[in-house]
Amino acid sequence: MAEAATELPAAATELTPVATGLRVRLTQRAPIPLDAALDCAPGETHALVGPSGSGKTTILRCIAGLHGAAEGRIECGGAVWYDAAARIDLTPQARSAGLVFQHYALFPHLSAQANVEAALGHLPVGDRAARATEMLARVHLSGLEARKPAQLSGGQQQRVAVARALARDPQVLLLDEPFSAVDRVTRQKLYRELSELRRTLALPIVLVTHDLDEAAMLSDRMTILHRGRTLQTGTPREVMTRPADPLVARLVDMKNVFEARVAKSAAATTGVAWNGTVLEVAGAPAFAAGTRVCWGIPVAGVLLHRRDRPSRGEHENPLDGSVAECLEIGEDMHMGMRIDGAPALLWLKVATHVARRNRIAAGEAIRVSLLADAIHVMPWRDLARDMPA
Amino acid sequence: MDWTAFALSLRLAGWTVAVLLPFGLAVARILAWHPFGGRRWVEAALALPLVLPPTVLGFYLLVAFGGHSPLGRIFESLTGHTLTFSFAGLLLASVIFNLPFAIQPMQRAFETIPTDVRAAAACCGMAPWRIFTRIEFPLAWPGILSAIVLTFVHTLGEFGVVLMVGGSIPGETKTIAIAIYDRVQAFDNAGAASMAAVLLVLSFIAIAAAYGTARPRDIHVG
Repeated sequence: MAEAATELPAAATELTPVATGLRVRLTQRAPIPLDAALDCAPGETHALVGPSGSGKTTILRCIAGLHGAAEGRIECGGAVWYDAAARIDLTPQARSAGLVFQHYALFPHLSAQANVEAALGHLPVGDRAARATEMLARVHLSGLEARKPAQLSGGQQQRVAVARALARDPQVLLLDEPFSAVDRVTRQKLYRELSELRRTLALPIVLVTHDLDEAAMLSDRMTILHRGRTLQTGTPREVMTRPADPLVARLVDMKNVFEARVAKSAAATTGVAWNGTVLEVAGAPAFAAGTRVCWGIPVAGVLLHRRDRPSRGEHENPLDGSVAECLEIGEDMHMGMRIDGAPALLWLKVATHVARRNRIAAGEAIRVSLLADAIHVMPWRDLARDMPA
Repeated sequence: MDWTAFALSLRLAGWTVAVLLPFGLAVARILAWHPFGGRRWVEAALALPLVLPPTVLGFYLLVAFGGHSPLGRIFESLTGHTLTFSFAGLLLASVIFNLPFAIQPMQRAFETIPTDVRAAAACCGMAPWRIFTRIEFPLAWPGILSAIVLTFVHTLGEFGVVLMVGGSIPGETKTIAIAIYDRVQAFDNAGAASMAAVLLVLSFIAIAAAYGTARPRDIHVG
């Protein structure tokens, strides 16, 4: 505390949201390799996204104090929770982290009410019951206080777990795949509830998920994790449309990633030589002419030309080809377009009714445009090697 | 009916449970949750009383408790009487031959408590002792109850070890099982029959009661 007092002027001017939020730096080699950096400001929901086995849950458990990484530092709410160099490693009890476990880990022999009360040890005994009832009401479980976990549906169990995690008045809320154990309809409902809840919470929230759509819908920022390494952090839109490299592009399921070479590099546009044509790319050039690169484009950046009349972006990077594959996903028709000479299909999507009206089917010739501001150029990386399936 | 022997058996069984319960809980938790090198050797040693002939176990205990052993000498210098052929010696022997009956059910019970449930309790801010009393103990209760009942009933019924270590001193080491044997040796079949019947009924009721209570009704772990 004495140290804090002497440093107060400097600290006061540098008081950024992250200083009171969560700051995680972790490295270790075994048992699970980790090289992770994560910052989350109060009021921010930060999604930690990666395939299974990428170390998401391990990082969450490190934050909660259930697992100690070999090296690193974890700060939250201005306090140091873990510092390998300084040999600081607070117990989970001392950390004030609210953790919602993947399968909720409710106490099976206790009622919903008692489950929440178990996390209210910081309150006087007389105040706990009222507070637990209030917490359960907040997650829409009034009237079910006396039920045991086995007598609750999956969605209700998840709400008890959220109420219990918040009961401690934690400095950070940690959600470990909180939607994976419920059915689709319940999940949609719980998404809405979490969206509401996070607006009312002024604490950092870390959401671990392998579901990109879930992350994009619920988070302010997301971090992509692969084999324990945090590869890129940004808004979901940034990460999903401007992946840092082809590996991230693959991890965020960017379907269209190709190898190319920079043809020209000017102030406002870059030209990328690919498959016999030069694609115009909007934006400041980051690569010198002649550099080997990869480029990618989200399916939404590929526009299908109408046969009868011109449409927006018609002049940008027109390409001709034929439909090789059609996949109906939800209300969209995803089409793989074969372009002569291209090593892989170019994927685009249109609304299914549009595809039907235009009688688009496998084998039909189509013409598309690649929007210049949707094309994203990345450092080259061998697309066949080191890639997750 | 030898009431002195019956009372001694109950006293021995009660003390065995009282000593073995806290010790067994500690050992069972460690075996269930804290893998360590050589764990299987410890588990094997703890299970030995299940397979060794009681006379073999009794023989080793007799040697270990005797006046020539360090343990026997320390006990004698502290209390003034021998560890063998005393209630204290009998209790120690009883604790040892009941180890598997107490520890195994409790270890199995602790193993069924998911790691995440215990982690969740820590994340709720519950102190370790409170986690034990509020979460672990109630969840492991069926196994703990089995351990108590098995230990109690098994102590009432143990014969070989008791005879080797305790002899047959009325009021000190002559348990009901020994008393029954004495009656049969004395051709008093009626006396033996009444005591055997008491032991049979008591054991049956205790085990049935434990099965009834220990059945996990609304406990769904996992």
